[in-house]
Amino acid sequence: MNQIPTQDIIEEMENTRPGILDLRVVDRRTFLKLTGVTSTGLVLGFTIRDAASPVFAAADNEFTANEFVRIATDGNIYLYSKNPEIGQGIKTAVPMIIAEELDADWSDVIVEQAPINEEVYGRQSAGGSRSLTTAWDQVRKAGAAARAMLVSAAAKEWGVPESECRTEASSVFHDASNRKAAYARLALKAAEEPLPDLDALVLKKRSEYKLLGKRITGVDNHKVVTGQPLFGVDAVIPGMRYASYLKCPAAGGRVKSANLDEIKALHGVEDAFVIEGNNEPTELMPGVAIVANSTWAAISAKNKLKVEWDESQATKASWTEAQKNARDIAKNKSGDVLYDIGNIDGKFAEAEKSYEAFYEYPFLSHAPLEPQNCTAWVHDGKAELWAPTQRPEQGGNSVAGILGIDKKNVEVHQLRVGGGFGRRLMNDYMCEAAAISAQAGVPVKLQWTREDDMAHDFYRVGGFHALKGAIDKEGKLSAWHDHFITFMGSNKKPVTGGDMRNSEFPIDFFPDTRITQTMLPLRVPTGPWRSPRSCGIAFAVQSFISELAEEAGRDHVEFLLDMLGEPRWLEQGNIDAMNTGRAARVIKLAAEKAGWGKPMPKGRGLGMAFHFSHAGHFAEVADISVDENKKLTIHKITVAGDVGPIINLSGAENQSQGAVIDALSTTLGLQLSIENGRIQETNFHQYPILRMNKAPDVAVHFIESDYRPTGLGEPALPPAAPAICNAIYAASGIRVRDLPLSKHGFSV
Amino acid sequence: MPDIQLEVNGRDYEIKDIAPDTPLLWAIRDHVGLVGTKFGCGGGFCGACTVHLDGNPVRSCSVLATSAVGKKVTTIEGIAVDDTVLHPLQEAWIEHDVPQCGYCQAGQIMSAAALLSKNSNPSDSDIDDAMSGNLCRCATYIRIRRAIRTAAAKISGNTSRTGGNV
Ligand code: FES
Ligand code: FES
Repeated sequence: MNQIPTQDIIEEMENTRPGILDLRVVDRRTFLKLTGVTSTGLVLGFTIRDAASPVFAAADNEFTANEFVRIATDGNIYLYSKNPEIGQGIKTAVPMIIAEELDADWSDVIVEQAPINEEVYGRQSAGGSRSLTTAWDQVRKAGAAARAMLVSAAAKEWGVPESECRTEASSVFHDASNRKAAYARLALKAAEEPLPDLDALVLKKRSEYKLLGKRITGVDNHKVVTGQPLFGVDAVIPGMRYASYLKCPAAGGRVKSANLDEIKALHGVEDAFVIEGNNEPTELMPGVAIVANSTWAAISAKNKLKVEWDESQATKASWTEAQKNARDIAKNKSGDVLYDIGNIDGKFAEAEKSYEAFYEYPFLSHAPLEPQNCTAWVHDGKAELWAPTQRPEQGGNSVAGILGIDKKNVEVHQLRVGGGFGRRLMNDYMCEAAAISAQAGVPVKLQWTREDDMAHDFYRVGGFHALKGAIDKEGKLSAWHDHFITFMGSNKKPVTGGDMRNSEFPIDFFPDTRITQTMLPLRVPTGPWRSPRSCGIAFAVQSFISELAEEAGRDHVEFLLDMLGEPRWLEQGNIDAMNTGRAARVIKLAAEKAGWGKPMPKGRGLGMAFHFSHAGHFAEVADISVDENKKLTIHKITVAGDVGPIINLSGAENQSQGAVIDALSTTLGLQLSIENGRIQETNFHQYPILRMNKAPDVAVHFIESDYRPTGLGEPALPPAAPAICNAIYAASGIRVRDLPLSKHGFSV
Repeated sequence: MPDIQLEVNGRDYEIKDIAPDTPLLWAIRDHVGLVGTKFGCGGGFCGACTVHLDGNPVRSCSVLATSAVGKKVTTIEGIAVDDTVLHPLQEAWIEHDVPQCGYCQAGQIMSAAALLSKNSNPSDSDIDDAMSGNLCRCATYIRIRRAIRTAAAKISGNTSRTGGNV
């Protein structure tokens, strides 16, 4: 089994800084001819790279046009959402931004999923909380350009200067002559207007927003609540058959033999065969495919499969062994130096006090509620896929590689994703569906079961931190040392999600810091899990800071604010980096809203934690009672966040509450056991995701700053685990240094 | 393999040559062709597949299709009053913008609908009892609770709305 080759891709994706997009407009005559929608009104097409070549595919159906904005003469305004919708609300938020600049009445807007074509749309993945921030300039200009053309058309018609016209609610107004024209009526004329210079467009200021910042219900909600087809699993195409696929429970195992004849004779089964694959966990691992006339026939035949696996190359990973090794290493070794800033040896030597603690956290599964699936039709050197993926373009490229065809011959249709959390940045299910369709010669819908999903995830990697802090005479932190014990991939680097970056608190601002690292071998596929890295690291680091504050005899909030120092950007010119001023503001706001410092009854306590990740500044306070049986009552979790201006207040609040409850669920009771290379947990009865009767109140407060907005899918999650553990300590005096809490007898 | 007849949302469907161990979930999704009912775990743990059998909520992944013969099956596609008037729960779900990914929500609404049909003024613990068989991986629980309250208020305040399929 090769190392998962995604590290670089993910890094590249997460490191993409929003810059000025080189937006150029496609020659409109070509565009209109190709899209065939001239008669329906104004169409705007933008391309990011090559304006000269016609990048829009010919289409005889108006819905396949590759644009952001289409204004129809019947009054409908079609806005195109370019990123996968995975529950983060992007399909509502990005069109809201376009509509704001366009001054479209939201009730006129119909949002369509854009076709997958990164040459036209730019980045079309959903990950790293990057969708919103990378689209920000691009889509604002799309809306503003359309608006400018409508204004020109109206001004011309009325014989008045453009500067005297204003727009509102899908209409252009000339107040001096009391005239008004609806966009619908202007659409055809606007289409004749020259395209404006995109760089000269004046975009709105935050104070001018009418739609942004409001609560807008999700654009697909009506379909969701009435059960209409939307998700990957809902795809149905003509002639479609149903497939299942069994892989070795220990990654890297190959098929030695299988009872294929018996399986083929089963009711409903049409074909069964072995796929060798390319031994890449993110693409096509070996296994046995079954093609049947219904999902149930495919699944029940898979349950009857008897496969003898060749496990000579398979992983034998054991988590209990890895934990033992890591604990030994923490005691006996100091690790290789990753960052060494200032003079920590000197600071420790002159410290008033030094203090250390060892933290650990387990492997986790993503467990999105929709099990992996993909519908594929491979024929005549072409592949068409219908997939619930977070990275459609990359999935299409992998499929092209697997099939040995040109990627131009692969078309991916983006379907709604029933939960991402990072799992669907990998496209193994797309490769499997394509390989099965290719071999069977029929269109297939591949359906994984929950058991497949638990057994073949790209897990959140567990980790260990031997932490040490020095406290000076004034009771301030004076030196910080983290010996991080993680796992190594075959490229000799940390596995995906198991690396330590200088963006992690407090590395890039604390003057005397040393981070050392030891990597252990452990062959388990890993991947990004909601707030990669920070989702584990924050628990250790922010719990430890609370411990240090206590050692120093200081209030946690004051101690934390002291650590941050003066308000400043930590990386000049990079507005996605941490800003200590923004950090201090959310810490103070969370403390104030939660009543930090108020007297608490016995057995009840407040716990605070801050963490910066994915360009978001978040501080959270948990209010928890602990009884003598370690039963927790979670009274409230208070959240304060700064992600720039809020686009959709409803979505933003929902994301933050969801992330906090996700973290609570994980902190309380989730862990994977890995023995002999196999994940022991098979379904939700062994992976107890929090249920409604245990869900606490989560109060969310935003500081709306004028910075570029950044995503909310991830950054509210990391502070929750340490805030909860700090509150448990405040309430009970019990400090938890390894998760989940259920290991230590805590329950809710 | 038997042929069976299922009554789903007031319509009869003939299903030919169905394996007798087929769960109701897959009969509804693959054979009847209504895909609002979702597959999440196949083991009765998540509630994504919740439908009503003669008005009672069941996990359709854990009920045989053959056992639904002669009973009334109601799915998420069948609870609206008609094409233009949604069930109060569906309206409340939209009003409160409950869904994130949305995958669990059909099951959540079906569990809530069964609760409200028997108890239009549920307490918090009634809601917890009725809803704790439904997982939401995106953790939209706070809004689910709020939406159930809104719908309950609407139903008890306007009894004519409890007609139809509520
Ligand atoms: S799919 Fe039936 S309970 Fe999960
Ligand atoms: S909304 Fe995603 S599982 Fe509930």
